[in-house]
Amino acid sequence: MTLVMQETILNASEQDSCATDVKTDLSAVILAKFRDVAAAQGKTLSPLTEDLVLLESGLDSLCFAIIVATLEDELGYDPFTEAEDVYFPVTLGDFVRFYDRGR
Amino acid sequence: MIAGAEPLSLRGTLSASPRLAARHLWSAGAQLALADIAAGTALGAALPDLAGRAVLLRVADPLYAAIALIELDGVARRIVICPPDLADDALPGVIEVAGVEAIVSEMAGIETHGLTHAPLTLPVRPLAATPEATRQTEWVMFTSGTSGPPKMVAHTLAGLTGAITPAPAGAAPPVWGTFYDIRRYGGLQILLRALLGEGSMAMTQPGEPMADFLNRLAHHGVTHLTGTPSHWRRVLMSRESAALSPAYVRLSGEIADQPVLDALKTRFAGVPIGHAYASTEAGVGFEVNDGLAGFPASFVGRPGEVEIRIEDGSLRLRSTRAASGYLNPGAEALAGDDGFVDTGDMVERRGDRYHFVGRRNGVINVGGLKVHPEEIEAVINRHPAVRMSRVRSRRNPITGAIVVAEVVLTDTAADPATVKAEILDACRRELAPFKVPAMLGFTPALALTAGGKLERAFA
Repeated sequence: MTLVMQETILNASEQDSCATDVKTDLSAVILAKFRDVAAAQGKTLSPLTEDLVLLESGLDSLCFAIIVATLEDELGYDPFTEAEDVYFPVTLGDFVRFYDRGR
Repeated sequence: MIAGAEPLSLRGTLSASPRLAARHLWSAGAQLALADIAAGTALGAALPDLAGRAVLLRVADPLYAAIALIELDGVARRIVICPPDLADDALPGVIEVAGVEAIVSEMAGIETHGLTHAPLTLPVRPLAATPEATRQTEWVMFTSGTSGPPKMVAHTLAGLTGAITPAPAGAAPPVWGTFYDIRRYGGLQILLRALLGEGSMAMTQPGEPMADFLNRLAHHGVTHLTGTPSHWRRVLMSRESAALSPAYVRLSGEIADQPVLDALKTRFAGVPIGHAYASTEAGVGFEVNDGLAGFPASFVGRPGEVEIRIEDGSLRLRSTRAASGYLNPGAEALAGDDGFVDTGDMVERRGDRYHFVGRRNGVINVGGLKVHPEEIEAVINRHPAVRMSRVRSRRNPITGAIVVAEVVLTDTAADPATVKAEILDACRRELAPFKVPAMLGFTPALALTAGGKLERAFA
């Protein structure tokens, strides 16, 4: 499922291959974070597809709070706090693109 | 209310409603026509025996809490409203402190601790005789997030409804919805607004998926919707919110930051958005309706039903909406000698506005639920490899704050990764999920104050 999502994002990308690699890495980092937090919080995670609605992912607000905080430490930024336009992602694809735009 | 007039009971207020037939309460599992309960009972034969008694309200479905409050207001001497997360092992202490004589619940086979169980059962039956609402019932609520035994405060219906103004004549009947549980102060405020303001209400309960509740809210045509900023962030992340078209949006229970206010303004264009300050102890303080975070400095010192003062950086409120006091023996006075309640919420003036900057004593507000650092530190410090620890708040765009722990290990401590896993296991065993440190790190030392206490920041 991870691969499906990365490919979808890959195909949607019009950037050069180098940038795409970075984007794939970002996607992989985020998906790994979803899995880690779900495991640590004892949640059953839905398959991580691009169009997975975050509220139906099996994660609660606390899980998302932890994901955003740990991603901030690993990636060095938090798009929720730093974005000029207020935005709340609905799907996992939205979430990854939000982080991609935010860096 | 006319000075000197006796407040109506909830049942009396409903009975006088001109449009009672169209009004309902809905929970995830049940619904109630308000016309039925105005002239009926879910307590049946148990109701007369509860007159003048101190009763404990312990229900699974919050709709039954609403029913019991309607039936018992003005009848029971005291109603102790258990929040959904009150632990079973806290009940004996609560019963003793509050002098509870009977337990009201819809749950069959509930542990009664030797008291009478007054069962709530639906459907509502006609009342044999309307019980006389002769008393000013004491409403007892639990303060959120205390460390140690649960703390209870006493309110009256008059105090609880002090901030509620009558609906404007000719206004469309409101359908209230709230993401809070009605057994907590914020949610109870909304229930009372619905009951006293010619409205209906949809209520949620722990464990109901947000998407399901949003679908129910859309189905019932919710017009007035309230929650914490964290609740609202979750709404903004949902697809179901597109089906909502509220006429009023309200936030309280946490610091409403500018991003969440702006996002709601964009999502619900043209809809009035207010954020309110209230606490279980001090009651409803004020509402801010200009769409900006914080509150105008002009609120401080102005005359009115609620007086606002800032002292030593914290917000103080004085009004008849405050609780009358703590029930717990030996508890400190709720208000100072001057009648002001120190909320413990720290504010900072920037230009012509005050902004909330956190809580005194490092109390952490995770999505509206308060966390005392000492409670978590106590669990962490029980690990044999831990010398000391400090739990603090870290700002978070999803839940407002998360709990972060810094731990100092003993010299002989084993592998830190193992210790970390063991500490977190212990925290998950002994603490509610929102209290478990979201992040835990090791540090060589922690700063102490001159008095030898851990240094704590506000937020």
